[in-house]
Amino acid sequence: MAKVPVRFTLNGSETAVFVNGGENLLDTLRRGVGDLSPKWGCGQGTCGTCTVLIDGEPHLSCLTLAETVEGRSLETTGGLANGPDLHVLQKVFMENFGAQCGYCTPGMLMAAKSLLAKNPNPSRDEVIEAISGNICRCTGYEPIIDAILTAANQMRGRVA
Amino acid sequence: MSSIEFRKDLFADEREDSLKEIGQPTIRQDILGHVTGRSPYYDDHLFDGLLHMRCVRSPHHHARIRSIDTSAAEGMPGVRRVIRPEDVPNNINTLLALINFGKDDEALLQGKKVAYVGEAVVAIVAETERQARDAVAAVRVDYEVLPHVLDVEEALEPNAPVVSETYPNNTFDYHELYDHQKLRFGDVDAGFAEADHIVEGRYQMSPIEQAPTETCGAIAAPETNDRFVCYTSTQALFFSLGTTAKLLDMPSSKLHFIGGTVGGGFGGKVDSLHEPLAVLGSKLTGAPVKYQFDRAEEMQVGAPRGGERWYIKDGVMNDGRIVARQFTGFFDCGAYTRLSSYAIIKATGHLPGPYTIPNVASNVYCVYTNRTPATAMRGFGITGVDFSIECHMDKVAEKVGMNPIELRIMNAYRDGDMKAHRRLAKNTALIECCQVAAGKARWPISADAAAQSSLQGGGQERANIPQTTTDDVGKIGDRRRNKIPTTPGEGATSKGNVAAGTVGTPIVAVPPQRDDMNIDPSRTGHKRSMDGATPSAPRTPRPPAPAYTAPTPPAPVAQTPNHEPVPPPAIQPTPPAQPEPYKPSEPFQQGIKRPGVSRFISGTRRR
Repeated sequence: MAKVPVRFTLNGSETAVFVNGGENLLDTLRRGVGDLSPKWGCGQGTCGTCTVLIDGEPHLSCLTLAETVEGRSLETTGGLANGPDLHVLQKVFMENFGAQCGYCTPGMLMAAKSLLAKNPNPSRDEVIEAISGNICRCTGYEPIIDAILTAANQMRGRVA
Repeated sequence: MSSIEFRKDLFADEREDSLKEIGQPTIRQDILGHVTGRSPYYDDHLFDGLLHMRCVRSPHHHARIRSIDTSAAEGMPGVRRVIRPEDVPNNINTLLALINFGKDDEALLQGKKVAYVGEAVVAIVAETERQARDAVAAVRVDYEVLPHVLDVEEALEPNAPVVSETYPNNTFDYHELYDHQKLRFGDVDAGFAEADHIVEGRYQMSPIEQAPTETCGAIAAPETNDRFVCYTSTQALFFSLGTTAKLLDMPSSKLHFIGGTVGGGFGGKVDSLHEPLAVLGSKLTGAPVKYQFDRAEEMQVGAPRGGERWYIKDGVMNDGRIVARQFTGFFDCGAYTRLSSYAIIKATGHLPGPYTIPNVASNVYCVYTNRTPATAMRGFGITGVDFSIECHMDKVAEKVGMNPIELRIMNAYRDGDMKAHRRLAKNTALIECCQVAAGKARWPISADAAAQSSLQGGGQERANIPQTTTDDVGKIGDRRRNKIPTTPGEGATSKGNVAAGTVGTPIVAVPPQRDDMNIDPSRTGHKRSMDGATPSAPRTPRPPAPAYTAPTPPAPVAQTPNHEPVPPPAIQPTPPAQPEPYKPSEPFQQGIKRPGVSRFISGTRRR
């Protein structure tokens, strides 16, 4: 199977990688590029833990063909922090107990980031809708929803 | 954090408030890795030349294997090794062998007879997962399909198919004597005779898949010091280590196991299925090997919480006192023991629930069926029977026309009461929990019920061990031959009595196998009789609960003389709609009653 070069921007850095024809983006990111933050949970687009942002939109990387991201801008949880400075979402997830086993967290953070970029003042229902494609088996979702609402408040310059 | 309430008014002696860490909310020490995506789950360890393992699995519930033809698979592109059952050095184990409980009954790769759908027969190691899948499809296994049994009670019929030759009666052997775990306390037949009402119920719980977001798996690789490193998702690292050492017949000093970062487990990652095969694959190929369940395998082959069936029969007085309770329980263990035998010991120790009942009897069976073997999940052994007991309490309340919370408060154990397993109840709090729950739910309870306390009214007569009627029905193999009923006491051929008293004479079905297994009186919560129990001691009927005078600190409940249960008022005028009143006497409806009841099943999915 011939390998194909694919170029894209990953968390602001220009990246180029050879992929197998038909390879999915999750494998490319994890095995090809070495960004291990998106996780494999089902391989069939139901759990959401592989969620990455492509040009700001959340996508399930396990169902995305790697060749289709040529020239596009990708974001993963691995690039959320700015050096040692955590993103607001990361801080509130820590403070609000928004993770237990942590396996769904990278996908949750990406879904939340995309939501807040488009809608800085989401309602509780809008937060629930935004993470409805991400399964969490530990927390019962409530701490995650609270964390995202808290982050929205803080990002708008108010303290919750 | 806001949902946790520390009720120091009820548990004033439990803990100092001034402790620096204990009792104080804190941030998880591992959460920085979680929010930055850097927590090292087993699959986050990258290896050059990683090989992938997939298994050929049984498509039948029950079938003898006539032959296995792997010749086509062996020549396929990318295939490095085909592992057959005879390649496993010591191909028989049971999970609890490590604590010397039960017989070895399960093969890592099954070569003789498969007993559930999905049982692994052959493992294939290939360069890519795709190649491994293709090779799996090329393996030909010749099965002779056998009759199967999927229901616990059908499996106890004399002519039922034998699921496991290790346990030819389809039941786990308890104490090398009985086909069930027995509990006898008092005399339930006498209790039923004196009761005003008999309330019976049958409760069935389905198997439940733990469904962790990270599926079970392991990566093994040769190290440079003649050891194998194994990164694994296991919840039980040393279980997995010991199991691997046993199955592969290699010293555990050759194994370097690394775990601890688990992407959700909930009990489903204790079975140690992956580590032995991954290490074996690595040993046979000299390369790093990953063996990972895909999602379908996780759901079908990954061991669930076992289904349970409980029959409960209560003898109840008109005033709501429960004077006798009898259980017949069936755990659907699946095809192999794993941890179900132990779950039943837990369940029996939990009976009759958090209530003081003077006559209790139970027979609990660990039944083998041709279903996926069951394993641990969150309080397994307790959850199913608690579900049954609490449904049954509601049914009893309906029968005697009582407020269900008041019924629980009346029958709740209190400090100093003797429990059915002959330990004194300590630090009890069911009464207080009921009072607080009633307050939160705005469910009125009587002033008398609101004034009860776990600290008062227990002990004395309630600490008496009643005269216990015993039997030895259900010896291993008897049931299958003679079709003995499963209910406690029925078909009893010999009965004995154990005297009443306030002291505990330990009663076990068989003498302990070793001296250090004798009961330690200092740990049993009561003193051992110095002069032995007197067999002729008269059985004293349990007096009604004494009148309580000392009130507790005021509990935040609506105190009203109205004894009638009142449905809690609807909090919001918007959905959910007022639920139908719960009637325990009516059978449960299966499935989700109200579509859209879960906010998390939205039916929409982003692209």
